[in-house]
Amino acid sequence: MVSAAPPLRIRCCGASGCRSAGSEALQQALEQAAAEIAAAGGAGAVPAIKPVGCLRLCGRGPLVAVDRADGGSELYGGLQPQQAKTLLQPQRQALASAAIATDHPFFSLQQPVVLENCGRVDPGSIDDAIAHGSYVQLRRVLEGVSPEQVREQVKRSGLRGRGGAGYPTGLKWDTVALQPPGPRTVVCNADEGDPGAFMDRSVLESDPHRLIEGMAIAAYAVGADQGYVYVRAEYPLAIARLRLALKQARARGLLGPQVAGSRFALQLEVRVGAGAYVCGEETALLASIQGQRGTPRPRPPFPAQHGLWGAPTLINNVETFSAVPAILRRGGDWYAAIGTASSRGTKVFALSGAVRHTGLVEVPMGTSLRTVVVEMGGGSPTGRAVKAVQTGGPSGGCIPAPLLDTPVDYESLLALGSMMGSGGMVVMDETTAMPEVAHHFMRFSRNESCGKCLPCRAGTVQLEQLLARFVERRARPDDLARLEELCTMVRCTSLCGLGQAAPNPVLSTLRHFRGEYEAACRDPAICEPHGACRLPAATSPGGEP
Amino acid sequence: MPEAEGVTQPNPTPSAPALSHEQHIARMIRQQGGRGDALIEVLHQVQELEGYLSPAALRQVASGLSLPLSRVQGVASFYHLFRLKAPTPHRCAVCLGTACFVNGGADLAKALERRLAVRLDDAAGDGTWALQHVSCLGACGQAPVLVVDGVMQTRLPVDAPDALQQRLTEAGLPPAAATAAGEPW
Repeated sequence: MVSAAPPLRIRCCGASGCRSAGSEALQQALEQAAAEIAAAGGAGAVPAIKPVGCLRLCGRGPLVAVDRADGGSELYGGLQPQQAKTLLQPQRQALASAAIATDHPFFSLQQPVVLENCGRVDPGSIDDAIAHGSYVQLRRVLEGVSPEQVREQVKRSGLRGRGGAGYPTGLKWDTVALQPPGPRTVVCNADEGDPGAFMDRSVLESDPHRLIEGMAIAAYAVGADQGYVYVRAEYPLAIARLRLALKQARARGLLGPQVAGSRFALQLEVRVGAGAYVCGEETALLASIQGQRGTPRPRPPFPAQHGLWGAPTLINNVETFSAVPAILRRGGDWYAAIGTASSRGTKVFALSGAVRHTGLVEVPMGTSLRTVVVEMGGGSPTGRAVKAVQTGGPSGGCIPAPLLDTPVDYESLLALGSMMGSGGMVVMDETTAMPEVAHHFMRFSRNESCGKCLPCRAGTVQLEQLLARFVERRARPDDLARLEELCTMVRCTSLCGLGQAAPNPVLSTLRHFRGEYEAACRDPAICEPHGACRLPAATSPGGEP
Repeated sequence: MPEAEGVTQPNPTPSAPALSHEQHIARMIRQQGGRGDALIEVLHQVQELEGYLSPAALRQVASGLSLPLSRVQGVASFYHLFRLKAPTPHRCAVCLGTACFVNGGADLAKALERRLAVRLDDAAGDGTWALQHVSCLGACGQAPVLVVDGVMQTRLPVDAPDALQQRLTEAGLPPAAATAAGEPW
């Protein structure tokens, strides 16, 4: 008897988004249904159930992908455990209402590089990761590529830091590598604190070996022999999966005193945060890794010169490290050919808020906001007009609907008073009032200010109180001037990025939605009709996926 | 986050003879090699054991890691996730991340304040229930969300008051205080 390949391969999303929608119960039901088929004697026809990471369209979770023997795939969303048996049948028409069209722009316009194995690989299995190509590049560079050649490829790729600031990655690696001889450290910043951002969590939960490989290659390229991944405590599943992946990598000799049998040694450890947004700032993060209060310090010296325990330290974000294996596999020039002249490659965004299709998208840099929000995201679910798109979290700003054709790259977003940030993209419709948004973010920044420097500690409190006047429609005309003055002071005089960027949501909404602030003044004589920035109702050309 | 994991219960030790908390903490410190840079990790474990960081535990951690008590106290009070007072038996965390905010998270928080008759972010609550905010649970696709005693509740119907109260009842929240005439504030 020939044991045929299983006719169906089922991939169950087990990332946090789908888990919160009940994916664990669904997976158990699928496994049970498959066991029943096996018990009934259908030996050659037992479907294989595989846990995987993020399948992208988080808003329709729990997501399940069905790979048919003919090579085609189907995607289903929102299935209940009692529908598991039907899913494993040869005919699945009964589930048509749960089927998701994978040729919808939400999927077809994505260009997965960092997420190429996310949703395909079992995050709990190093064997599966290796079968999907993990650690091939690490072995290759250890066997015969010099650290200089690795850094050259990263420089050629034009990769810039994906944590938000966009510093050229190759330049940072050079700075660390060219410090005087001595120990060096690599640190991965996985303290993804921006509300509305869950890209890094998805990578950690879906494909942790990619990050480990990227960090190991970076450590080799800069001459580091130890490293830390600093993960926020709010991500228990990501922490568990990363710890498991590190253990597996150590057991395979891919980390430790002789990485992959070479003379290169690397110890990697996880450090868990404790709920402090400011620890995403690199000097605060280093303090936290050393078991201290997460307060930033002035730079220079930069961590690249003087970091963990005084040693030169390379700090990159999860997405930055995770792009490295693909860059080495296909070459820096290949990566540089994607995107725009100043912002190369792809970027992962977490799309949420007042948008029909919420989830994770990876698109080439330079893709317009309209493409992401309207074409891929399907616009507002209620049919109301999209009013603004918030990028960059509490450090970013709101881009008004008339400017949706802006290409998403570092410079274009900065020019509009927002910023790329780590990749959270929250869509707002006309029911959201902009002074309230600004107040919401200022409350966040006030709560997260570490208290070390006065402009941020006291400035955020004053700004929040001023903004409350606008929210409650009891502001006076001179409050507007005071608001702008205070924003400028906090931005110019705060110690670290948190304080310097805290006024951004206020300044950007003042710039694009000033009428709403003026309308919120107490004296009606100076009120102006609000809603100056409107677009006709956003349509969804792609329809329902 | 810890709420989502439901870590307030002390860890049972089925096989070994029951250790006192003090012995447990001593073992945690030993496991970290007594290194001062492991302070945050040790504090996480102590909080998992006791539900919060008691003054006695902080003193023991300080001496075990050879750190000044001021440093331990400073770190414990700096980070939002560390609790310096015993938590209430039941807790509810409402997400006020941006996606939840856009989808009515602030209204949800107000509805919870009214129903539980407690103030948002008052850790003492009413002695039984406390309501806190969290800044993002990462379930942005399911917004608005909240966590009741470690179990996440998604897509709450903020615009439909009756359906919302029904969902909150199903989630295990006590009924609104019958005696309260109108809103408590």
